[in-house]
Amino acid sequence: MKLVIIGNGMAPGRMLEHLLESAPGRYDVTIFNAEPRVNYDRIMLSPVLSGEKNYEQIIIHGDGWYIKNGITLYKGHKIVAIDREAKTVTSDHGVVEPYDKLIIATGSVPFILPVPGNTLAGVLSYRDLDDVNAMLLAAQSRAKAVVIGGGLLGLEAAAGLEAQGMDVTVLHLMPTLMERQLDPAAGYLLQRAIEDRGIKVICKANTKAIVGDKKVEGVELADGRIIPATLVVMAAGIKPNAGLAKEAGLATSRGIVVDSGMHTSDPDIYALGECAEVGGHVYGLVAPLYEMARVAAAHLVDEGSTAAFVHNDTPTKLKVTGIELFSLGDFADGEDRHEIVLRDASAGIYKRVVLKDNRIIGTVLYGETADGAWFNDLKKKQVDITDMRDTLIFGQAYQGGAPLDPMAAVAALPDDAEICGCNGVCKGKIVGAIQEKNLTSLDDVRAHTKASASCGSCTGLVEQLMSVTLGDAYNPAAVQPMCGCTTLGHDDVRRLIKAKGLKNIYAVMQELEWTTSCGCAKCRPALNYYLVCDWPGEYADDYQSRFINERVHANIQRNGTYSVVPRMWGGVTSAKELRAIADVVDKFNIPTVKVTGGQRIDMLGIRKEDLPAVWADLGKAGFVSGHAYAKGLRTVKTCVGTDWCRFGTQDSTGLGIRIEKFMWGSWTPAKVKMAVSGCPRNCAEATCKDVGVICVDSGYEIHFAGAAGLDIKGTEVLGLVKTEDEALEVIVALVQMYREQARYLERIYKWAKRVTIDEIRRQILDDLDKRHGYYDRFVYSQNFAQVDPWSERVSGLHKHEFKPMATIGMADAAE
Amino acid sequence: MSWVSIGSMTDIPRRGARCVETPLGKIAVFRTAEDRVFAIEDHCPHKGGPLSQGIVHGAAVTCPLHNWVISLETGKALGADDGSVRTIPIKVEGGVLFISLAVAADRAA
Repeated sequence: MKLVIIGNGMAPGRMLEHLLESAPGRYDVTIFNAEPRVNYDRIMLSPVLSGEKNYEQIIIHGDGWYIKNGITLYKGHKIVAIDREAKTVTSDHGVVEPYDKLIIATGSVPFILPVPGNTLAGVLSYRDLDDVNAMLLAAQSRAKAVVIGGGLLGLEAAAGLEAQGMDVTVLHLMPTLMERQLDPAAGYLLQRAIEDRGIKVICKANTKAIVGDKKVEGVELADGRIIPATLVVMAAGIKPNAGLAKEAGLATSRGIVVDSGMHTSDPDIYALGECAEVGGHVYGLVAPLYEMARVAAAHLVDEGSTAAFVHNDTPTKLKVTGIELFSLGDFADGEDRHEIVLRDASAGIYKRVVLKDNRIIGTVLYGETADGAWFNDLKKKQVDITDMRDTLIFGQAYQGGAPLDPMAAVAALPDDAEICGCNGVCKGKIVGAIQEKNLTSLDDVRAHTKASASCGSCTGLVEQLMSVTLGDAYNPAAVQPMCGCTTLGHDDVRRLIKAKGLKNIYAVMQELEWTTSCGCAKCRPALNYYLVCDWPGEYADDYQSRFINERVHANIQRNGTYSVVPRMWGGVTSAKELRAIADVVDKFNIPTVKVTGGQRIDMLGIRKEDLPAVWADLGKAGFVSGHAYAKGLRTVKTCVGTDWCRFGTQDSTGLGIRIEKFMWGSWTPAKVKMAVSGCPRNCAEATCKDVGVICVDSGYEIHFAGAAGLDIKGTEVLGLVKTEDEALEVIVALVQMYREQARYLERIYKWAKRVTIDEIRRQILDDLDKRHGYYDRFVYSQNFAQVDPWSERVSGLHKHEFKPMATIGMADAAE
Repeated sequence: MSWVSIGSMTDIPRRGARCVETPLGKIAVFRTAEDRVFAIEDHCPHKGGPLSQGIVHGAAVTCPLHNWVISLETGKALGADDGSVRTIPIKVEGGVLFISLAVAADRAA
């Protein structure tokens, strides 16, 4: 049976997960996606806009998922016609695909105000990643933006643009913000919180025109005011995208009309998601859309299924960091209704529960939303609250006897209490999964139950459930803090350095609320590396935050002397170089000379004061620092390849030298050692290196993530490339990806285990744009990194490092 | 108490250290981020590592050899480690640093 899906958003994605689980192989699936990408979490667009997450982090189904499940995905193909007679669909690129069953999941389109100027350059909507990317681009100008619409979407857009440094004004037609979800009191509190962030809010603002010549220059209001702007975001609402279905002759009203089993007026065609209309309702929040997905999958598996979609109110939450907001159901005033209100002005808390016949019909919580799930549960079950009416508004902890701690409150929730609203996961399912599958981490619970896997606002509840279920076996501080100076982990710190544009160590410590005045020996080198990596050319390397070896460019030994390793490109040397080394050894009385595992010569036991003179002599012979002390590119080991070896397939020595000359000087999270072998006999031992190349007749096999230290691990194969140029490009891009993502002191093999080999392969081998982006950023940063530290110091840089401050003789001391 | 001039405060980078060679061995002189100065013997109580080469944070230094953290104020090892180094009296006058070795010599004796 052939199943064709038009649209690749979250609803059809979830539908496929259900389908693959209950009837794998039943359908041969083809998807047409008008967007040129895979299924990602649209709820998370706001965090992407504000810089708290990136696109990779919000992908739901990566390319590998489609391949693994044998699904054909046409990216960037918009379906332009459905022929119900012939049972085919046609894309704008001319692909004609037959179907037995068809699913329409075309989502919604933004409502664009019908005012003059609405097509000017600089007018955007806020629906998909392209919109977000366009906004991020516009935000670089740090100029003025106007967001039209003070609803959920508009406020998230405004907060995101503000976080990106824009001067933002929100225009809202109604008297208070989010009037569909909030009563005026909560709307007022929200407006104040939004304004506190520096965002201007104008309510009762009726947009008359968007003014400008070719490009947006401002927004004109009906009262004549003009708000200057170079970017206008329309977030005034959405409407179901039912045009295609209508042209095909299917019944439509506001959306595509479907029955409770998601069938359209054609029995072989289903519709689901934001484009579908069920029982007169259309939906925009994810929970009902996922419910549609479940129902549609059930009917696709079994035509006689009784699964039916039932309307349910869905709580609304605003995803703006620092603003707690929860709204549910109906909260308009009315004759037959009672309300209970709690206000705490100084704490900025407002709670309102609306009752009818002693049952909850609506709830608004602002400032403190922990009881949202509990109120939702009471409403859903239509619990008579007469007995607890006096204390209801204080929340679950105050019901019956002494106040409960939050843990006990979670423990007291019934098994069918909903924990994750987005995915409709109840407490019993989570507890069951934890116990049956021995889950011990939040990621495991997400993977198995989907709880907290969408918007993430129930993460705290899920963690509490894990604590209750596992007891001491669960360690909620799953994120290991960087050090004792902060509660943040490395990943959060790296993300926030970028998102907040923090460009020196003091800014990081201030903004991220370090608990010590100037850090410690653990965090300072890490922060220094992150700043060096993230802001090349802008950040001034803080040598006082580097470990001594990187500060004096030599390796400290147990007796306080140093060892010096000059660079020998690819491990190749000459009589002249060896003679120069011999002379230095004699002149400075260097006690030990040793050959290293990376094909270099190490001179050990040099006094610190002698280092600049040693480097001066080595420099005259053409040597530069070998960086044997660095968290950076160390050595590229090679074999003799086609130059000499009768088995060599490529010029391995030449490639090794080329890589080393291209990449030396770069700082990395931990040391990076490489090797190039000229044939699979692998004399350069490339298969236990951080990055290795095995030359073969047909090209270059790129290896990575090996280890031969505390851990022993053979490399993974990244892939085969045909030319030396491509090998270099792939290796450089791989190392840059590692530089940008890994935690300080994390070797490549550990980083790769975390982000997965598939993901690295996808970004470096499959996605050329990504690869070139990494490559270009590495090349740019080399402008600042590729400076020989030895010659700098021979010329006098940091000379305080190498000389005593003073020498006090016997006479002085005895005085 | 006799004081010996060893140079000016600006000879030492902030959050850094310099050495002073004396007949009693090397002394490490530290300058913190807030321009406080300290002098201690340049010899970690653990395995004799050169403390002057460590990373300076707050009023403490982390030894470059095995990461012991030594208080510059008291000379004592912080955290779980046990041990101490001698502190040397130091004063600043008009930006010039003076240490007193007599006391150190007495203590050494």
